[in-house]
Amino acid sequence: MNYGPLIFLAAFFALATSWFGFVLKPQMQIGQLSQTVTVPGNDTYPLNRAGLAQQGAEVYRANGCASCHSQNVRQFGTICEVVLTATGTNQTALIAALREIKAGASDQEIASFLTGLPKQLVIGPSRAVADKAVDSIKSAGGKTVMHIKPAGPELARGWGERQSVAEDFLYDSPVMLGSQRVGPDLAAVGMRLSDVNWHLRHLYNPRLEVKGSVMPSYRFLFEKRKLAAGASPDALVLSAGAGVPADAQIVPKREAIALVAYLTSLRSQEPLFTAPYSTATPPASSGTNAPGTNAPVAGASPTTNSTTTPAPAK
Amino acid sequence: MNSSTSASAPSSDVVPCTDLSCRAPLFILLKSSAVWLVLSSLFGFLATMTFHKPDIFADCSVLTYGRLRGVSSSMFLYGFCLQAGIATMLWLFVRIGRTPLVHGVVTCAGAALWNLGVTIGVIGIFSGDMTGFETLEMPRYAALVLFIAYTVLGIVAALTLRNREPGTFSVSHWLLIAALFWFPWIYSTANLLLLTFPVRGVTQSVIAWWYANNLQFVWFSLVGLGTGFYFIPKLANRVLHSTCLAAISFWFLILFGSWGGIPNRAPVPAWMPALSTIGTVLTVFVLLTVAMNACRTLGCGIPNDLPEEDRLPLRFIKFGLFAFLLAGAMNIIGSLLQVSSYTDFTWFVPAKAGLQSYGFFAMTLFGAIYYFAPTLVAGKFWCPKLARAHFLLAAAGVILGLLPLAIGGVVQGSQLLNPATPFMDIVKHTVMFIRISSIGDILLLAGNVIFAINLIGGIIRYYRAQVEVIYTAATADVIAAGGRP
Repeated sequence: MNYGPLIFLAAFFALATSWFGFVLKPQMQIGQLSQTVTVPGNDTYPLNRAGLAQQGAEVYRANGCASCHSQNVRQFGTICEVVLTATGTNQTALIAALREIKAGASDQEIASFLTGLPKQLVIGPSRAVADKAVDSIKSAGGKTVMHIKPAGPELARGWGERQSVAEDFLYDSPVMLGSQRVGPDLAAVGMRLSDVNWHLRHLYNPRLEVKGSVMPSYRFLFEKRKLAAGASPDALVLSAGAGVPADAQIVPKREAIALVAYLTSLRSQEPLFTAPYSTATPPASSGTNAPGTNAPVAGASPTTNSTTTPAPAK
Repeated sequence: MNSSTSASAPSSDVVPCTDLSCRAPLFILLKSSAVWLVLSSLFGFLATMTFHKPDIFADCSVLTYGRLRGVSSSMFLYGFCLQAGIATMLWLFVRIGRTPLVHGVVTCAGAALWNLGVTIGVIGIFSGDMTGFETLEMPRYAALVLFIAYTVLGIVAALTLRNREPGTFSVSHWLLIAALFWFPWIYSTANLLLLTFPVRGVTQSVIAWWYANNLQFVWFSLVGLGTGFYFIPKLANRVLHSTCLAAISFWFLILFGSWGGIPNRAPVPAWMPALSTIGTVLTVFVLLTVAMNACRTLGCGIPNDLPEEDRLPLRFIKFGLFAFLLAGAMNIIGSLLQVSSYTDFTWFVPAKAGLQSYGFFAMTLFGAIYYFAPTLVAGKFWCPKLARAHFLLAAAGVILGLLPLAIGGVVQGSQLLNPATPFMDIVKHTVMFIRISSIGDILLLAGNVIFAINLIGGIIRYYRAQVEVIYTAATADVIAAGGRP
C-alpha cells in the first residue's frame, strides 16, 4: 500500500498544529483585546498616541531602534509589604507581637513603631510570613494593611513600576518589543526621563548626557544652521564641550522632534487589573493608596486603613 | 543570463544528464547567494563598527546600526540561506530522484526574480521601510516579489520531485518536502498578518516569534538535516544507520520544533511561553536521534580512506552537525524559565541564532555545494587550497565570533539581574565581548569572500572553457577548409 499521501497529510497536520496554536488562537484570545481601565483610578487605558508621537514611532521603526532597546519589563514575582496603621489599646501585647516579628530588634526600635503611624513593618518576605505578621498584630489588637508589590531587578532598576502586559501595546503597529538590551528598556522611559530637551541632546550626541554610552549619535536628525540667520527657538542648548562652533546652532528636524515625542509617550506604567500594584507607602511617610504615580503623595493623611491592593493572580 | 549556455553544453563528458539539466539555474542561485553572503557579512561588520566608534555613521541616515543589522540579516537569511537552500534542494531532488530538472528557463527566471526581491527589500530597508519585525525586516512589496519567486521555484521543485524514478524515495525527501511546503505557509502568514492586514497588539509579536522560530529552527533544520541525511552516508561511503531514527527526528521536529520561539515572561497570556517551552524541550529527541544516527553512521570519525574531494564537504557537514546539536541544546536550555531570565534580552540570543543559521545551516550548505558544484561541470571546479582556507576561516570565525557573544550574554544577563550593578557598567563589560567577537566577524568575512571567489572563479573557468570549445569547433571548419585565402 502507498502510505505517501497519508504521511503527507500527517506532516501537514503536525505543522498546522503550531499555526493553530500560535497564530489562530492568539488572534482569537488577544487579537480582540480592547481598552481597559486603570485600577484604581478607572481611567481609560491605553490611549492612542498623539499624531506626532505616532510619526515618531515610524522613525523608531525605520532606524531599527528596537535592535538595541526592548520595551518589555519583566516581573520576577511579588513582594509583600505589611504596614502597621493603628496600635490598638493593648500595648503590651502589641510590643510582644512586634518582638516576635522583628526578631533581634532593640527595645528602642520596637518603641519607635508605636508612634508616627503608619509605618512599614515588614517588606519582601513570602506571603506566608506576611500573613503571620498580620495575624499576630491583629490578635494583639493592632491594625495593618498588606500591599503586594511587583518585584524584580528590572523594576528595581527603575525601568517601570510593573511588568509589561498585552494591553500596553494595543495601539502599537508594529509592536516592537525588542530582543536585545544593548541599551536600557524603554517601556516606561517617558516616565523616568520626561525632559524633551534631554532626549534631543541625547539623540544628537548620547555622550553629552550619558558618559561612556555606546549609542550611536543621530546627528542626521538635526540641522546645523548659522547663527547669523537668526536664532531658532528650537535650537538645542548645548554646553561648550559639545563641539559646535560658536557661530552655529543645532536645530532638530521634524523627525527628531517626532521621535522624542514618541519616546516620552512610552509610559506603560498605569496599574491595571492584569498588572496591579500599589503606589502607596514610601517607608514611614504615608499610608494612603494614591491612585497613580502622576498624583504624588505629599503629606497625605494617615488615617485610611480600609483600602487594600487588589491581589495579583498569584 | 546563463540559461542559454546550458543547452549548448557539450554532452561528450561524463556528466550524468540529470545533473547537467540543472547547471545554469543552479549556477545563478549559487553565484547570487555567494554575493549576498559576502555583502551580508560586510554590512554586518559595518554594524559592529558602531560599537568601536559610535559616531562613525552619525551623519548618514542610511547607515544607522539598526538598518545595517536589518540589511545584514535579510541578506544572509533570504539572499544566502534560503537561496542556497533552495539550490541544494533542487539538486537533491534531481540527484536522488534520477530525473532532470524541469523547466530550466523558468527556474532561471525564478532565481532572477528571487534576487530582484532581495535587492528591492534591501533598498527598502536602507530607505527606511524596515518592518520592525526581526527576521522579517524586508517590506511587504519586496515580500510579494520573493513570494512569487518562491512559488515559481517551488513548483519547479515539486514537478521535478514528481518525475522521480520509482523506488528512489528516501528519508531526505520527507524533510525536504515538508520544508518545500512549510516556507510559503509561514511566509505568507507572517506577511499577511503582520504587514498587509496587521493584527492588533502583541498578537503581532506572537506571530513574528512563531515565524522567526519556524524559519530559523524548523525550516533550516528540515533542509539542513535533509541534506545531511543524504550526504553523510554518501560521503562516508556508508549506509545511513537507521531510517527509522531519521523518521523520528523528522516527526519530533515538525510536531514540537514548530511550537518554539515565544520568550518567557513576554507580555502575552502565560500559556503561550509555557507551551513554547514544552515544545522546545521536546526537541531534545530530535537532537538525540540525529546525534545517534550520525554517530552510528560515521562511527564517530571521518573514515581515513576517503578521497580528498569528499573529505572537505564531509568536514563542513560534520561541523554543521555539531553546531546543530549545540544550537539545539542552547535553544532548549534558553527556553527554560529560570535560565531565560539570564539569557533573554542578551547577546546569548543572537549567538544561539547565529550558531543555528551560520554554524549549522550555512556550513552544511557549504559542504553540499563543495560536493555538488563539480558534478555540474563534470570536472575540476574548486581550487582545493582556497576551499580548505574557507573551512578553517569559517570554523574559526564561528567559534571566535559566537563563543564570546554567548559568554558575554550570560555575563550581561547575570549583571542585569543584579540591580546594584549600574547599567553603564554592564554596557562597558558587554561591549568588550562584542569587540572580541568582531575578530570572528572578520574571519567569517574573509571566509565568505574566499568562498565567493572560489565559486565564481569556478563558474567563470567553466564558461571560458566552453567558449573556447565552441570557438575551436566553429573555427575548425574554416581551418579544415584551408584557412584564410
